[in-house]
Amino acid sequence: MSKTGNTELDKEIIEEKEYSILNLGPTHPATHGIFQNVLKMDGEIIHEAQPTIGYIHRAFEKLAERRPYNQITPITDRLNYCSSPINNMAWHMTVEKLIQCKVPKRVDYMRVIIMELARISDHLICNSVVGVDTGAMTGFLYIFQWREKIYDIYESICGARLTTNIGRIGGFEREWSADTWKRIQSFVDEYPKGLQEFANLLERNKIFMDRTINCGPISAEMALQYSFTGPNLRAAGVDYDVRVMNPYASYEDFKFDIPLGQSGDTYDRFMVRQHEMWQSLEIIRQAMKNMPKDEPFHADVPDFYLPPKEDVYNNMEALIYHFKIVMGEMDVPKGEVYHAVEGGNGELGYYLISDGGRTPFRLHFRRPCFIYYQAYPEMIKGIMLSDAIITMSSMNVIAGELDA
Amino acid sequence: MSQELLDKVQTLLNTAFPEATETAELLYNFPVFTIKREHIHAVLKCLKEDPSLNFHFLTDLTGMQTADEKYLGVIYHLHNMPNNYRVRLKTFVPIDKPEVPTATDLWPAANWMERETYDFYGVRFKGHPNLKRILNVDEMDIFPLRKEYPLEDQSREDKNDSMFGR
Repeated sequence: MSKTGNTELDKEIIEEKEYSILNLGPTHPATHGIFQNVLKMDGEIIHEAQPTIGYIHRAFEKLAERRPYNQITPITDRLNYCSSPINNMAWHMTVEKLIQCKVPKRVDYMRVIIMELARISDHLICNSVVGVDTGAMTGFLYIFQWREKIYDIYESICGARLTTNIGRIGGFEREWSADTWKRIQSFVDEYPKGLQEFANLLERNKIFMDRTINCGPISAEMALQYSFTGPNLRAAGVDYDVRVMNPYASYEDFKFDIPLGQSGDTYDRFMVRQHEMWQSLEIIRQAMKNMPKDEPFHADVPDFYLPPKEDVYNNMEALIYHFKIVMGEMDVPKGEVYHAVEGGNGELGYYLISDGGRTPFRLHFRRPCFIYYQAYPEMIKGIMLSDAIITMSSMNVIAGELDA
Repeated sequence: MSQELLDKVQTLLNTAFPEATETAELLYNFPVFTIKREHIHAVLKCLKEDPSLNFHFLTDLTGMQTADEKYLGVIYHLHNMPNNYRVRLKTFVPIDKPEVPTATDLWPAANWMERETYDFYGVRFKGHPNLKRILNVDEMDIFPLRKEYPLEDQSREDKNDSMFGR
């Protein structure tokens, strides 16, 4: 801005701003999902942002009121589709809490393994996408082979890769095959090499650090006020993790660290996720080592857990149970429960009210993305557009979870 | 621990707002309180600011409709992280005048959660800075999660659900 020498006039020139309106989204290649932000720009600086959400709203809460309990699991897949097994397990545990069913330790450990694998794949995508948005495509391409291996493990357990529908109320649909265990073992053995390679690429990379440190920071106080949870809250320095605070699925048996950041900026969020992947790997190792051998892979809840198929053909009682479960005629007690798990990006809670009918009376998903995304306009105020993009990708806002 | 917490919160509420609490119970080991609508904001503020309870974190805010379809409910899940206290507060309002004071002045996070509750149940949060629909289209003129709007087309005759419970 040129100066005229006249102080009054200079002041006017500096203060005279011309805002332009920029529509970022709904389908912008840089936002990795359907997000619309109407930005009021001052040059390349964001002055104000107005997010519009709901583009992929699918009325899950209404759908759930028409579906029997075992048919709700596929809905939960589609919340945070980067880590569907966590959502599935959370739903099974919610129903188990309602019907007061205690599952064997072995099921808990198997759940822990699958949930931590899901966490790794979730964080992996988020972190490599932060890399992509800063211009480092390489990490993203290399890391996909590891996500592929995790998806192969899902596939060998349940046959699906993305929308998994893993597990049943009370346990797992079948015993994991020798092939599954072999795949998990080889993943645990080989993955550290791949993760280390990815870490070498970005963690101490000068360009990456310059780009992400102090970019889109949030203070611990503000993060708490905006009900942040998960890695985004921990990056701001608050050590809240549902796995430790309210252990579920025997997480109290495992020894692991909760990585913390300090300033809550993009770099800290990246690093917290990076360290959490190492911790998840450690948890999987412990679960594999201490896996109880002689226990069944499901709880004894014939009202909810399908009998073996050969019994259905040869045994009257099994046939009745099979029919009742498939038709959604299980007897569910009245009551209301809230069950929370540590999802890929925060406290994923299911609030379930049952009136004793075949479907939930009310089911509410506490979706971490939906709650923390509202702080986004405030976080990107006064920063550059390109910084806003990496802030969003480092917050790991998943459209499916945001809009439910 | 839950029973202790229930007693503690109940004692506090009984001394500060003797009229406010309608029910206090432990549901699945979770302290649940039903608060009268007139008092809900003061109770939330008191629970947030009380030095020993200090429910500083709003985990969740959502709505519901009672089975008789005459009342709408707003449900708050509060959390005190250092002590790991959690409580659930409920307040019910008649469906023809669904007005609840906003909690956005206590927790900015309540903003979108209240908009979502308004969007789906039509609960009007008094004092909310921007009470508009959030997930549904702006032109929608119903509140879709209310029980009066069944999910499937009721004129269909090829499905008979009366044989299966509901």
